[in-house]
Amino acid sequence: MSRWLPKTYLTLVYVLLYLPILVLVVFSFNNSRTGYRWGGLSLQWYESLFNNHAMVQAMWNSLWLALSAATVSTIIGALTALALHRYRFRGKRMLRGMLFVVMMSPEIVLAISLLALFLLVGLQLGFVSLLLAHVTFCLPFVVITVMARLSGFDESLPEAARDLGASDFTMTRTVLIPVIMPALLAGWLLGFTLSLDDVVVSTFVSGPSYEILPLRIYSMVRVGLKPEVNALGTLLLIFSLTMLMLSQWILTRSKR
Amino acid sequence: MHRVLQQPFKTAVLVLVWGWLLLLVLIPNLLVVGASVMTRDPGTFLSLPLNLDSYRQLFDPLYLDVFLNSLYMAGMTTFFCLLIGYPFAWALSGLGKQRQTLLIFLLIVPFWTNSLVRTYALKLLLATNGLINNALMAVGLIDEPLKMLYTEGAVIIGLVYLLLPFMILPLYSVFEDLRQELLMASHDLGAGKLSTFLHVTVPLTLPGVLAGVMLVLLPAMGLFFVADILGGARNLLVGNVIKNQFLDARDWPFGAAASILLTVAMAVLLFAHRLSQRRLGEEAQT
Repeated sequence: MSRWLPKTYLTLVYVLLYLPILVLVVFSFNNSRTGYRWGGLSLQWYESLFNNHAMVQAMWNSLWLALSAATVSTIIGALTALALHRYRFRGKRMLRGMLFVVMMSPEIVLAISLLALFLLVGLQLGFVSLLLAHVTFCLPFVVITVMARLSGFDESLPEAARDLGASDFTMTRTVLIPVIMPALLAGWLLGFTLSLDDVVVSTFVSGPSYEILPLRIYSMVRVGLKPEVNALGTLLLIFSLTMLMLSQWILTRSKR
Repeated sequence: MHRVLQQPFKTAVLVLVWGWLLLLVLIPNLLVVGASVMTRDPGTFLSLPLNLDSYRQLFDPLYLDVFLNSLYMAGMTTFFCLLIGYPFAWALSGLGKQRQTLLIFLLIVPFWTNSLVRTYALKLLLATNGLINNALMAVGLIDEPLKMLYTEGAVIIGLVYLLLPFMILPLYSVFEDLRQELLMASHDLGAGKLSTFLHVTVPLTLPGVLAGVMLVLLPAMGLFFVADILGGARNLLVGNVIKNQFLDARDWPFGAAASILLTVAMAVLLFAHRLSQRRLGEEAQT
């Protein structure tokens, strides 16, 4: 009994976790209009999705935002992780603590504080406000990803580089960056996904000039059912699955 | 010489990250604190004089009800996540290494999938003419569809569904560290299964439990879109109240005070988590 019980339990939980996703994917190919009953195979929802101009525009906007937010947060996050790893400085504990608090604090708290700031300084809500907000909540995740990689790293390498006369900047570029490359990629992918998925923060800091995908989906699914969302959800699932497998592949390959 | 070369790089990095955090985290949060003690103004959002009215408003029976209800739903969410997650993490940590890696991967796949879409997927299952009702009626268990969508239960299901991995991952990491020898030692010293569980397993996994509780309880109060999609357009969570005050009712001081309520809740949980880790550390030394 004690052997099959844990396995049965695990299987059951996984079935429950994946059931809604499976239903979503199956129903994205549904021919029926009502949304709940199966009416045969069809690609009509994918078709109507791509004929929806506002939707396609929102998709591109989201993609561009996620690319930018992931890139900026990876650059700042990696530099921060390097500084935390290598230097002694005043306020180091405070910096770590603050990043931790940003990571733990409810998104909605971050969202309204940023909205207050943007309105105070008169920044128009749109791409820039979204980018600043997304970089802020992605940053701690990049920092811990890179820190984890640095903590398992042989300290003698940078020392050797310095003894051989490399300046700090050269050493960082030629020794440290290659070592943390997998973590940079993993952190970038994490930031990309977090940005693409965010609803809470974006609800507050986006304006009509720059509509992004999650907010478009949100306005669609608040009332009733929209079969296009099934199709869109399936595409997003395939996309994030590809990204996740890519990052796992990068991380496991680098461990060898 | 190296010291000198090192300084500009270090200084630039520190200025960059501290600048970012000051401008986009510290100052905005101070603004929220400031907003919470100001007076509501229809034109400019905020005006003087300073007062504590918005905090008093938190205890208005109308809102107090919402907050207590939100806390109750977050509590239920956390309870169910723990109930499902604790045995799950335990079972997972007992498997072979390769299988563990695969299963953890399968656990985080949903986390990488758009949470709105996943919430919407639940709607397909829970609706009055949705799949669960259709299936139950087809096998003859019920004659009329059950009302599941637009109830508090549906919101709790949605929250558990979205937040379960955040409970499982910290629990899994403590179970992984839980040394098998300790359990065996306890057994050799004559402790029964229950006694070992209560006196060894539970205390040693407590930091993981608290980390999981923290990662579930707070978002469960803030994820307003889950309440919107699965609970109908009602003020069910603290997050819905905050969102409405800022975006619809335009009562910024009150919205700010409600958000500070969440921040205080986070501080309390962080403190409890630290305390449990420290206690564990001390016990390990003695």
